[in-house]
Amino acid sequence: MSVVEIDRVEKRYDSVRALAGVSLTFADGEFFGLLGPSGSGKTTLLRAIAGFVEPDSGEIRLDGRDIGHTPVHRREIGMVFQNYALFPHMSVHENIAFGLSVRGERGAAADKRVSEMLALVRLAGFERRQPRQLSGGQQQRVALARALVTRPKLLLLDEPLGALDKRLRQQMQIELKQIQREVGITTVFVTHDQEEALTLSDRVAIFNEGNVVQAGKPLEVYERPATAFAANFLGDANFFEGRVEAPGRVATELGALLTNDALPAIGEPATIAVRPEKISLLPLSAPSRGESNKLQGRLTQAVYSGMSTTYKIKLGDRELTVFEQNRGEPAFAAGEAVRLEWSPAHSVVVKP
Amino acid sequence: MSRLWSTLLKCHLALILGFLYVPIAVMIVMAFNRSPLYELPVVWDTVWFQHLVSNDRLIDASVNSVVLALVNMIVATMLGTMAAFAFARYEFRGRSLLQLLLFPPITIPWLIIGTSMLVLFFWIGIGRGFHALLLGHVALSLPYVIIVVGARLKGFGPAYEEAAATLGATPWQSFWRVTVPLMAPGMVAAALFAFAVSFDQFVISYFLAPPGRTTLPVEIYSAIRKGFTPEVNAISTIIILVSMGLMLLFARFYKFGGER
Repeated sequence: MSVVEIDRVEKRYDSVRALAGVSLTFADGEFFGLLGPSGSGKTTLLRAIAGFVEPDSGEIRLDGRDIGHTPVHRREIGMVFQNYALFPHMSVHENIAFGLSVRGERGAAADKRVSEMLALVRLAGFERRQPRQLSGGQQQRVALARALVTRPKLLLLDEPLGALDKRLRQQMQIELKQIQREVGITTVFVTHDQEEALTLSDRVAIFNEGNVVQAGKPLEVYERPATAFAANFLGDANFFEGRVEAPGRVATELGALLTNDALPAIGEPATIAVRPEKISLLPLSAPSRGESNKLQGRLTQAVYSGMSTTYKIKLGDRELTVFEQNRGEPAFAAGEAVRLEWSPAHSVVVKP
Repeated sequence: MSRLWSTLLKCHLALILGFLYVPIAVMIVMAFNRSPLYELPVVWDTVWFQHLVSNDRLIDASVNSVVLALVNMIVATMLGTMAAFAFARYEFRGRSLLQLLLFPPITIPWLIIGTSMLVLFFWIGIGRGFHALLLGHVALSLPYVIIVVGARLKGFGPAYEEAAATLGATPWQSFWRVTVPLMAPGMVAAALFAFAVSFDQFVISYFLAPPGRTTLPVEIYSAIRKGFTPEVNAISTIIILVSMGLMLLFARFYKFGGER
C-alpha cells in the first residue's frame, strides 16, 4: 500500500496560519487520527492531502512522489465526507460504480466489483436503493464502499462518524476499523471526538493553532501527554504548577509532589498533570494506600453517571477533579473531608 | 367582532382577485363573443379565432415571438448557468461586484434599456433585426437565469463535486454527471423564466424589431392603434393561457427545486 509524508506544510489564510509547518509520516496501512479543536488545522491538512487546499510551502509525498500540485482527480485517494455527499440522483449501485465509470470501467466486471464492495460493507442487496432511503449508518457504509471501489492508495475520512448517534457511532467505529484492516489501506481521519480518536487510531496527532502538539500511539499520548494542551484536550487533567525542589520533587502551593518523570534543573518552574482516574479517593479514617503523593481536601460536588462518579474536591482555592469507578463501594457525599493519593508514576511533567 | 373582521378580510381578498382577474376574464369572454362591439348578452362563437387563422400578420408575429423566445431560452439558460456556476463555485477578482451588477438591469425601466440598446446597436452598426432582438432579450433574461440557477447551486454546496473529484472524475465529468443533474430543476425553472421574459416583452422588442417583422406584443399594439378588433382578444387569450401555463410549470419546478 502506501506511505504518506507531510513535510513542513504551511498554509496561510490572510493573517491566520492554518498550518504552521506541519511534518508527519503516515506509515503503510496505518490508521492515523488527526485530533484537535475546530480551527486547529487538522481539516486543512486533510483537505491539503485530498488536493482541495494548495499548501503555500512544503511537500506532501505519496510513496515518495510529491503530489502537492497534482489535481484532486489524479491523486488516487478515496474520501468519505462529513455528510457522506452521496449523489442524491443516483442509486447505491450508481454511487459506488461512479469511480469506475469515470475511468471507463463498465459492464460485468464493474458490477462484480460493486457487489464485492457492498459485501465488504455488509450491504449486499442494496444496489437499487436511493441514498435518501438509507439510514445514517447505511449511508456511511455506502460512502465508504464508494471511496474504496477504485482501490485508492490512501483513504481520507472527514469526521466520519460525526453525524451518527452515540450507539451507532460506537458500532461503526468497530466496523470501520475492521474494514480498514481487511483492506489494509493507509487511512487518515479527522475528528474532534477524543474517544473516537483513541478507539480508531493506530497513531494520533493532536493539533493546536496549526501545529502538531504531539503525535504517537493513543496510549503514549494519553498516558504521557507532552503539553498541558495535549493533556487537557485528550482526556481531563489536574494541573499543579510549582518549582523543582529536588530530583523527582516539585514544590507546589499544595505541598511537595513526587514524580518519576525527568524534571528541569532545580529551581526551574515545572507543571505536573494528573489524570482524574489515577487519583484514589479515601475517607480520612481509612488507612493509606501507601502512595507517596497525598493531599487532603473537602468534597464539594459528586456527579453520578452510572459506571463512574465525578467528584470535585476543594483544596485551598484550587478545585481538583477525580473519577471513581463504580465498584459498589459507598459513595462520598458533598462536604465530606477526603484524602487524595496517587503514585509518582502518574505525575506527568508537561510543558505549560 | 371577529366574524365581521373575517368577512372584511374575505371581501379584501375578493377585491384583490377581482382586480387581477376580472379584466382578463372579460377579455377571454369577449374573445368568444360574436359581436365586434362587445354587445351583451354574450353570443358564444369562435368566429374571432377563425379570423385569426387568416390574419397573416398576427400569425407571423406569433411565430416570430415563439422562435425568438425559444432561441432566447436556450442561449440565456446556457450562458446564465455557466455564469451562475462560476459565481457559486469559483473565487475570482471582482466576483462580488459582478454579482451586484446583476440586479440594476432588473430595476431599470425597460424603456430606458430599450432606448440605450437601440442607440448602441446603431452606433456599432448592427442595427435592428432578429439578432438585435435576441441580444436584447438574452441580456434581459440573464439576470433572472443567473439568480434562479445560482439559488439552486447554493442549495447543494460543493461537497458533491468534491466527492466526484476524489473518485477520479475530471472537472468536465463532474460537471456533466453530478452538477448538471443536481441543478436541473433550477435550470428548467430558469429556462421557463427566460422564455416568459422574452415572450411577454414589448418595450425592447418595439425598439429593436425591424419594420415588417415584429413580435406578437408589438403587432398587437399596432393592431390596437389601427382600431381594436376582437381578434386581438382571441390572440391575447391564447397568450394568457400559454403564459399562465408556463408560470404554473415554473412554480411546480421551482418548488421541486427547493425541496430536494
